[in-house]
Amino acid sequence: MTVFQEAVQEPEVTPETARSIGLTGEEFERLKKILGRDPNWTELGITSALWSEHCSYKSSKIYLREFPTEGPHVLQGPGENAGVVDIGHGWVAVFKMESHNHPSFIEPYQGSMTGVGGILRDIFTMGARPIACMDALRFGEIDAPRMRFLIDGVVRGIGGYGNCVGIPTVGGETGFHRCYNGNILVNAFALGIARRDRIFHARASGAGNPLLYVGSRTGRDGIHGATMASESFDKESEQKRPTVQVGDPFTEKILLEACLEAMRTGAIVAIQDMGAAGLTSSTFEMAGRGGTGLQLDLDHVPLRQPGLTPYEMMLSESQERMVLVAKKGREEELAKVFQRWGLEVAKIGEVTSTGRAVLTWRGETAADIPILPLTEEAPVYNRPVAEPADLAERWRAPEVPQPEDLRGTLESLLATSEFASRRWIWQQYDHTVRTNTVQGPGGDAAVLLLKGTPSGLAMTCDVNPVYCYFDPRRGGAQAVAEAVRNLACVGAEPVGLTDCLNFGNPERPEISWQFREAVRGISDACRALGVPVISGNVSFYNETEGESIYPTPEIAVVGVIPNLAALPDPWFRTAGDRIVLLGEDRSEFGCAAYLRLLHGIEQGRPPEVDLDAELRLARLLRSLGLRGLVHTAHDLSEGGLLIALTEACFGPECLGARVEVPLAGADLFSETQARAIVACPPASLDRVLKAAEEAGVPAREIGEVGGSDLEMRTGGEILKAPVAGLHEIWSTALPKALGL
Amino acid sequence: MKCGVVVFPGSNCDHDVYHVLKHVLDQEVTFLWHQDDTLKGSELIVLPGGFAYGDYLRAGALAALSPVMGAVKRHADAGGLVLGICNGFQVLLEAGLLPGAMRRNENLRFQCLDVHLRAERTDLPFTRGFQAGQVLRLPIAHAEGNYEDSPEKLDALEANGQVVFRYCEPDGRVTPGSNPNGAARNIAGVCNAGGNVLGLMPHPERCSEPILGNTDGLAIFASAVQAGSQAVGARR
Repeated sequence: MTVFQEAVQEPEVTPETARSIGLTGEEFERLKKILGRDPNWTELGITSALWSEHCSYKSSKIYLREFPTEGPHVLQGPGENAGVVDIGHGWVAVFKMESHNHPSFIEPYQGSMTGVGGILRDIFTMGARPIACMDALRFGEIDAPRMRFLIDGVVRGIGGYGNCVGIPTVGGETGFHRCYNGNILVNAFALGIARRDRIFHARASGAGNPLLYVGSRTGRDGIHGATMASESFDKESEQKRPTVQVGDPFTEKILLEACLEAMRTGAIVAIQDMGAAGLTSSTFEMAGRGGTGLQLDLDHVPLRQPGLTPYEMMLSESQERMVLVAKKGREEELAKVFQRWGLEVAKIGEVTSTGRAVLTWRGETAADIPILPLTEEAPVYNRPVAEPADLAERWRAPEVPQPEDLRGTLESLLATSEFASRRWIWQQYDHTVRTNTVQGPGGDAAVLLLKGTPSGLAMTCDVNPVYCYFDPRRGGAQAVAEAVRNLACVGAEPVGLTDCLNFGNPERPEISWQFREAVRGISDACRALGVPVISGNVSFYNETEGESIYPTPEIAVVGVIPNLAALPDPWFRTAGDRIVLLGEDRSEFGCAAYLRLLHGIEQGRPPEVDLDAELRLARLLRSLGLRGLVHTAHDLSEGGLLIALTEACFGPECLGARVEVPLAGADLFSETQARAIVACPPASLDRVLKAAEEAGVPAREIGEVGGSDLEMRTGGEILKAPVAGLHEIWSTALPKALGL
Repeated sequence: MKCGVVVFPGSNCDHDVYHVLKHVLDQEVTFLWHQDDTLKGSELIVLPGGFAYGDYLRAGALAALSPVMGAVKRHADAGGLVLGICNGFQVLLEAGLLPGAMRRNENLRFQCLDVHLRAERTDLPFTRGFQAGQVLRLPIAHAEGNYEDSPEKLDALEANGQVVFRYCEPDGRVTPGSNPNGAARNIAGVCNAGGNVLGLMPHPERCSEPILGNTDGLAIFASAVQAGSQAVGARR
């Protein structure tokens, strides 16, 4: 148990020991060349962390360049702690999404807690006050080993952190698939707001400016977390529990308030949180961005227990810590703010103009490394790419059995973990604190008030991993299109996108192919729909014992609603409203949920993504919402028309609907994209249909809202079901499946 | 009316309460720091929700010992208005300003949802804006709202009319199914014997503006503000 030892005997530096902490032979040689000598153990550890996949993006960099990152609203694109977009009225939104998959699989409660903690620090480190979180979760089959424990732990962890810090968790998504049985995904998104002129950056400048350490003390937890997150899992992974960090949301809350207060003093030059690779990445990245050097005096790093070596101090991932560069001579002023909040402050060094990081400890030089070669010239890999050999077979169109009993089919789908209500999950998250939540979890997109303005902010996250596995390019594009469609349903214009790209081992050519194709798909859709990528995160090596997850490029898009006065609901609001179906079905069943969940057929090319049609639909939905013409707007996605109509009946009053649809049989579950349903008062119907015609969106009135049944006719009656009964099945399925 | 919102380290509904008092009700509001033994002349004191001192040891236990609570006690003893919401309610229990104690929710999970409440008292400074038996819809967001006391003390509490709010069905019936946390006798809020100190688990500040779809909570603040103004008027 090294954790309790006073000091650790450091291994000798050899290519083998370098490999044991994640550096390849080639990378080891590269480091020697940069230094002009052999590295010592501390320098080796620092380099291993900075060049880990997690910190350096070495396998993804060449593809990420394809993303469109500029737009009329973008103030800060990728490369900082988080992206920044202008949302009007003098405000900016700062947001990012990040994965915490590996730690959450090893230790779900602490793993998901610290995932939320890390992403919140990325936001307030920019000077923004966090006002919303979302979480995109992927679990395996509920009956898989450890899965109930993982689900419970992750949900408790997310709630435990966000609830305590007081940031509402307003949305997210949860999926279940066997491909995550051995590697769950926890992707945490956070958004903050700031005045446009009050944004802070993490660029160390001004030789002689002191470097201050604030927050929790440094312990031996999470050492090499970033390296661990850059490896695949095997049977030994359980033993990696000490690489998982431990979260303390109370300290985070204090740190948040103290940092925002300290920023108002004007005495801070730069500030950065200590996330992955702790003190190493925070200091090196700040100096790297600023083109400066650093002198670090490790004797002054506040320690939780005595005896940490420089290696351990530099690589610890103890949580709730920040590093900041203060204006020289104003340290005391800052220290007072932090001390008032009960936080420890220590001067641990200063900015220099040498371009080197020089670490001293107990009177000796512990490390001396040129910063830019290490941060900017990290290895970049163009790994071999290969299309799967069986792609043609994967794309073979599936046989589509017709549903024999439509009501039974619908009820079966509503009871699956895929479609069941997620209320059990989000009811454990505080989603109303901060009093901005106009529409919380459970709708197409979350809607938040931007206090003091008529505007609102909308956000959503989406991806269909099965689509992405069968056609990563279409899957990537579909995720963006669906997110934009979800935002359009609440009348929001997208202003920026953040992503969390979860993939398997990029050293496998098929995984690199998946990644390249998915990035292309996302880029295609971003360009067509006018959404810039402003931040993001890549998580590779999501595989266990050679079994890779499906490619899961989680997409979160943020939008602005110019006026909240006429916000449509995702469900039926008023009896007598006319229901209009927008878009046209093309009977597409590749990867369709109907086939996967009821017939065990996971086959075929996912539905086509017609980006022009998506753009026309999104514009139409926004204009209908803004003009106050519709009471209800809900998009069609997984499960197709019948699922969308059923979900729209699940409002607070469980209002039913009578519809006559142009589809029958299995086509009611076809997953053709670029479709939505809206409901409007009868007096607005003509204007809605006319607006659709002008927008070039096929539209057809299919029925009206009312009663307590969902009734459907295609020629004759094909379905009649009490909404209350369907709601009961849908709302209780998840707790039942979890055995609660 | 001058209102003070106490800020403990870990309070996270302080800004929300401030917003309602200042921007919705147009009152003078100041934050009161936990280490200061003064209320800066505030007439209505609000202890907001959150996780004061991280809820370490027990929810509210450490906050109850902070310097500001001495001033709050003196204010309450002198008949001043004190409102504790959620974590603020827990602090008032720990400080002995209200009777009873909180246990963890029966299902051992944090729960955030809208609940219905029946106003049992409509004659208090905080509840004069309600009709007798009026049913309100308010959000809760807590892990420890399972109110408890001995049967005798609960009987006394009821006899004294200190049960102010009870969880109920939308039609006002008090049922086990409408109890979100296992609280004894569906108790959601209680007051002291004098009726000037109120604690409740639901968050009235989260439903005090039309844009949020619900204004059922506003009357609690509005009643208190009005009661305070009348008291000031009477003193003058």
